[in-house]
Amino acid sequence: MDGFARIESTNIRKYLLDPRILRSISRTMTKIVVAMSGGVDSSVAAALLKAQGYEVIGMMMRLWSEPGSEAENRCCTIDAMNLARRMAAQLDIPFYAVDAKDVFRATVVQYFIDSYADGITPNPCLLCNRRIRWEFLLQRALALGAEFMATGHYARVRTENTRHPSSVVGRIELLKAVDANKDQSYVLHVLNQKKLAHAMFPLGAYTKPEVRQMAREFGLPVAERSDSQDLCFLGNGTYSDFLIRNAPGIATPGPILSRADEELGQHNGLAFYTIGQRRGLGIAAPQPLYVIRKDAARNALVVGTVDELGQNELHAHNVNWITGIAPAKPIRAEIKIRYKAHPAWGTVTPLNDDRVHIQFDENLRDITPGQAAVFYVGEVCLGGGIIE
Amino acid sequence: MNRIYLDYAATTPLHPQVLNVMLPYFSTEFGNPSSVHRYGQRADNAVETAREMIAALIGCQPHEVIFTSCGSESDNLALRGAAWAAREQREARHILISPVEHHAVSQTAEQLATLFGFELEYLPIDEFGRVNPGDVARLLREDTAIVSVIHANNEIGTINPIAEIGDICRARGVIFHSDSVQGAAHLPISVSALNVDLLSLGAHKFYGPKGVGALYVRAGTRLHPSQTGGSQEFGLRAGTQNVPYIVGMAEAFKLAQNHLVAHQAQLSALRDHMIGTVLEEIPDAKLTGHPVERLSNHASFVFEGVDGNNLLMMLDVEGFACSSGSACKTGNPAPSGVLTALGLPRNWGLGSLRVTLGRDSTAEDLKSFLNVLPRLVKQSRTIMGRG
Repeated sequence: MDGFARIESTNIRKYLLDPRILRSISRTMTKIVVAMSGGVDSSVAAALLKAQGYEVIGMMMRLWSEPGSEAENRCCTIDAMNLARRMAAQLDIPFYAVDAKDVFRATVVQYFIDSYADGITPNPCLLCNRRIRWEFLLQRALALGAEFMATGHYARVRTENTRHPSSVVGRIELLKAVDANKDQSYVLHVLNQKKLAHAMFPLGAYTKPEVRQMAREFGLPVAERSDSQDLCFLGNGTYSDFLIRNAPGIATPGPILSRADEELGQHNGLAFYTIGQRRGLGIAAPQPLYVIRKDAARNALVVGTVDELGQNELHAHNVNWITGIAPAKPIRAEIKIRYKAHPAWGTVTPLNDDRVHIQFDENLRDITPGQAAVFYVGEVCLGGGIIE
Repeated sequence: MNRIYLDYAATTPLHPQVLNVMLPYFSTEFGNPSSVHRYGQRADNAVETAREMIAALIGCQPHEVIFTSCGSESDNLALRGAAWAAREQREARHILISPVEHHAVSQTAEQLATLFGFELEYLPIDEFGRVNPGDVARLLREDTAIVSVIHANNEIGTINPIAEIGDICRARGVIFHSDSVQGAAHLPISVSALNVDLLSLGAHKFYGPKGVGALYVRAGTRLHPSQTGGSQEFGLRAGTQNVPYIVGMAEAFKLAQNHLVAHQAQLSALRDHMIGTVLEEIPDAKLTGHPVERLSNHASFVFEGVDGNNLLMMLDVEGFACSSGSACKTGNPAPSGVLTALGLPRNWGLGSLRVTLGRDSTAEDLKSFLNVLPRLVKQSRTIMGRG
């Protein structure tokens, strides 16, 4: 090991000795690939691992951007790539860029477009985590001889036994991050035991302010960089402009119907509305109307009053159980129906064909087909599936 | 980790002797060669001595050597300068280059075509990336301003028949340029034998410093400067000369040319062993470039169904520094123009690997490289869903 002479921080010892991050594995010659983005989180993740004596390798994917908007892509512009490369150089770790444009376009972006065309509201980050970051990139990381791949996600893994991937006996659990505001276990619920065996989330035990503070102490120039917000491939544009350019058929107007099938007006294309939306319907009605559901088969937007809004149950398909095994009986759990939703109590009943039924204790206003329902018991993420 | 450098065509380490002769010109001998006083005179003397050394080595007059900031700048000055002058002089608008030129030539020629109204035409090449002199004779026109053919290609190592092409151009009164940035590090350079009017050199390919190059300009060849300003370098390249680097370049070139024969014999033996082993032990592998007419230190391959960029990463992690035809540090690879020009399909062209040897390369280094390469190619194919 070359040590970490290039990290100028008087407090580095504090982090080196921090019991929250120490693991019971031998670090010597343990190679870890860090998926970097040029942002604060992945940079600090890399710095922490380096400071702990791992052999750290930085990798960054070049993802697809709409031709002409490459410069605006938040996470993988040449600028972000150069930042990540500079970070890696400062940490004295190797850095490799990987071209993932074609596979990202063919899977994630296509799924995004197809979903909207089918009248559902996708979360492409889930597919990206499943197919791109934790498959395409993980494969390449392992090919470099890495035992683990680390990301800057706020989440934790817990294992009953050793973390060495070749000797995993115990079950590996995915836990919420310590920082509830930043918890990203929602987007990681797609991971399975095989992938989690190689996963490391060094930031899961820290809060975002602590991470920024560490970035400053490590002397990382990205310490004050703002968090990324929207979908990376949209650049500065809106998702509706993107859909109009890339899926022209999507802007097909159709009727706005009441639940009794009365035609109340016209919509501009189902993709441009979300469940629970009130503004922008262009209907004069005695009481406020909300989008209740989308009827893709009839290209109709169904609206209703606030009383008619909301459901207390849902079905989800394509369910991934973190343990790999569905529970034998219905379970009580807290369920998040969007990345930023408050968890709601309910009963999750496993069905055949990787489906579940969820009965909520109360009505939820914005159950949205295409988003994921993710189940938690306490801090443990059990898994999740796509809302039907 | 024991790292092994196998990318001498990208750049070479500075020869310690070269560093020594450079050092005084960073401190005590800091004068501006254009100044009247003694400081200036001493700096000017250093530059002119360097010019004489290079002139003597390539067989020309000192005033035919123009110092530039790099091989790319030499190419820019040659193409742009000659094209502009030929158009002004005789309304020549036709530019003829090979499809395997370094970007410094091809991009300059493309710009002359798109912004300055020149007509750019590409010569055909054979499967080894070689230009046939007969094609030059056939495609030369009355209004051809300049012909440019690379001496030895950086990606595939193929050496072109420069003397024959130059002979044809001279007979037709057309200016002939050759980029010898790779070639001059390994081949004897005689501008009269090569029949060139313009020849580009870059110091860091032959253990000199980065940031300095030279252009040979045969007396009587009309050029417009592409960088204007002061009258340095006979009015062809404005700007205060980079004295320490120029001194270093001359010393490095002297060392390189004087030890050429011994150096070449040693490297080509290693190279041939490598090529033989790779082609024997790795299935679906091809040598790119000419099997015989190639640089003595240069081996280049394509492997079907391999992501060349990925292979480079895996090699780097194992401690071997190589490069590829589509090497790109931003993860945005396109199949290399040179490999495409050879007619290689995309699934071969993306899997390129260039291994270039140098002064410090040993048989042991190569042995350990050849020990890991077959495994890594296999692994890379697995990732790509093949094999």
